[in-house]
Amino acid sequence: MNAQTDHTPRTAVSVSGLRKAYGTKVVLDGVDLSIAQGEVFALLGPNGAGKTTIVRILSTLIPADAGIATVMGYDLRREAGAVRGVIGVTGQFSAVDDLLTGEENLLLMGRLLHLPSKERRARSSELLERFELVDAARQTPAGYSGGMKRRLDLAMTLMGRPRLIFLDEPTTGLDPRSRQTMWQIIRELVREGVTILLTTQYLEEADQLADRIAMLDQGRIVAEGTPAELKRLLPGAHIRLLFADAASLDKAARALSESTRDDEELVLRVPNERGIGSLRDLLARLGDDVAVEDLSIHTPDLEDVFFAVTGNAAKEKES
Amino acid sequence: MSALTFAARDSATMLRREIKHSIRLLRLLIVSAIVVPVAMLLLFDYVLGGAIGQGLGAAARGAPYIDYLVAGILVMTVAGGCGPTAINVTMDMTGGFVDRIRTMAVTRGALLAGHVGVSVLRMLVATIAVTGVALLIGFRPKASVGDWFAVLGIIAAFAFALAWLSAAVGLVTKSVAGANGSTLPLSFLLPFLSSTFVPAGSMPAGVRWFAANQPFTAVVDSLRALLSGAPAGNTPHVALAWCAAIALVSYLWAQASFRRGTR
Repeated sequence: MNAQTDHTPRTAVSVSGLRKAYGTKVVLDGVDLSIAQGEVFALLGPNGAGKTTIVRILSTLIPADAGIATVMGYDLRREAGAVRGVIGVTGQFSAVDDLLTGEENLLLMGRLLHLPSKERRARSSELLERFELVDAARQTPAGYSGGMKRRLDLAMTLMGRPRLIFLDEPTTGLDPRSRQTMWQIIRELVREGVTILLTTQYLEEADQLADRIAMLDQGRIVAEGTPAELKRLLPGAHIRLLFADAASLDKAARALSESTRDDEELVLRVPNERGIGSLRDLLARLGDDVAVEDLSIHTPDLEDVFFAVTGNAAKEKES
Repeated sequence: MSALTFAARDSATMLRREIKHSIRLLRLLIVSAIVVPVAMLLLFDYVLGGAIGQGLGAAARGAPYIDYLVAGILVMTVAGGCGPTAINVTMDMTGGFVDRIRTMAVTRGALLAGHVGVSVLRMLVATIAVTGVALLIGFRPKASVGDWFAVLGIIAAFAFALAWLSAAVGLVTKSVAGANGSTLPLSFLLPFLSSTFVPAGSMPAGVRWFAANQPFTAVVDSLRALLSGAPAGNTPHVALAWCAAIALVSYLWAQASFRRGTR
């Protein structure tokens, strides 16, 4: 009950049991999420995983079939108007007005947000400056590059100083330089205390920007945590030891009972949760009399985790 | 501020936006809204008018064909505004602007109010321009001042109805090309299948019934009677009833489509 009346909640987004289907096609199959204030939360998943559908539901564009959601303390269903007042949405495709200039686009948003005219002008020139659009301010977006259009779109979203921003694949289709610029902008927003729900199909993007990541596959969250936690999820953070003969392998396997052995390759894989610390420990336990041919440390990246948790289907699709 | 003030403010903002759009697209709009109907006027009056005028018989009331034709051309001028309106709405829908607005605390109906308001404005300006050209080339109306007001009222009502209809069509159309195509029946087919150029009574039996009873004929007949100073009978009432019905159904359709958004 309190969650609905307390409008400075610690939880920015709280979702439970979210479901959505189009006809017989299930898009969201029971999604639970909790995003804290000031956090960057990334929804990571392949095309068609349901990322955009979550954003569209949470930004009041479409109703969910089932589930409860509160956004900044407001009930999504009953207080959609209040939700709209505190969120900002930048979609996958730049929703800018192609017949208006960059500046006119911003001023239009200012009017729709009912900002006083002085504030409207100040905020618009501030954003044009910040997003390096000053020179293009009096041109229509027809002549903009993809990155510029995306920046104008985000600037329009920021006119109203939203406390929660949905960024739906903000860098899809951008060149590497524009992507870096976008990342920089997002990091600055985070420093200002804005909460961000980001969707992306780029693992690197989630790794770079997000405090927490939820991996989405076929409408379900298959893994959730900080990037580091997720990487540890994989039975892949390990030290790989190669031996010259079966006897050495035997001996080492007895000393390192937590390891898994591969008799064919004469390889032992030892889980490595603590990085360098456990390496020192491992070598000490092996002692001097076991001859190790080769040693390598394997840290999984998010990609490994992603493929591990989504199964091989995703891997095949990707390649 | 109250919801009503917000609604007025948001609608005014959207109206400004649409006026700006119209100014940016002025040359295109002048062609589709004024040049095309004027070309129809000239073609039908100069090229085809001789033969059609002779064939009209009593329907012409002894006046030249142009006096019969102008009422129809005015209705075609209004209908010609449907395409641009539907296209503008479709562009907002497919370009993400509708979705952007729907995630903001903007009055729900404001965007469509802006589109419809400016659409009606464009249609009225175009009909005034076309009327001017008609007068220059020999159109001699016999309407009283009161009749002129009635003409303006009916044209405005018809424009309002068609603007809502175009907005609704624009909302449910998936592409800009589709939006233009979807309004062709309105701007082209229905005028021909009405009393725009010739009396419905002169058409073959199957078409005749449709032509005699469809809204374009009601509007054209009422305008024609008023402009020629003839007794209009109940035609203005029938025309206005049609306009009200079209506007209401289209309004409800458009609002529902807007709420649904792009799914």
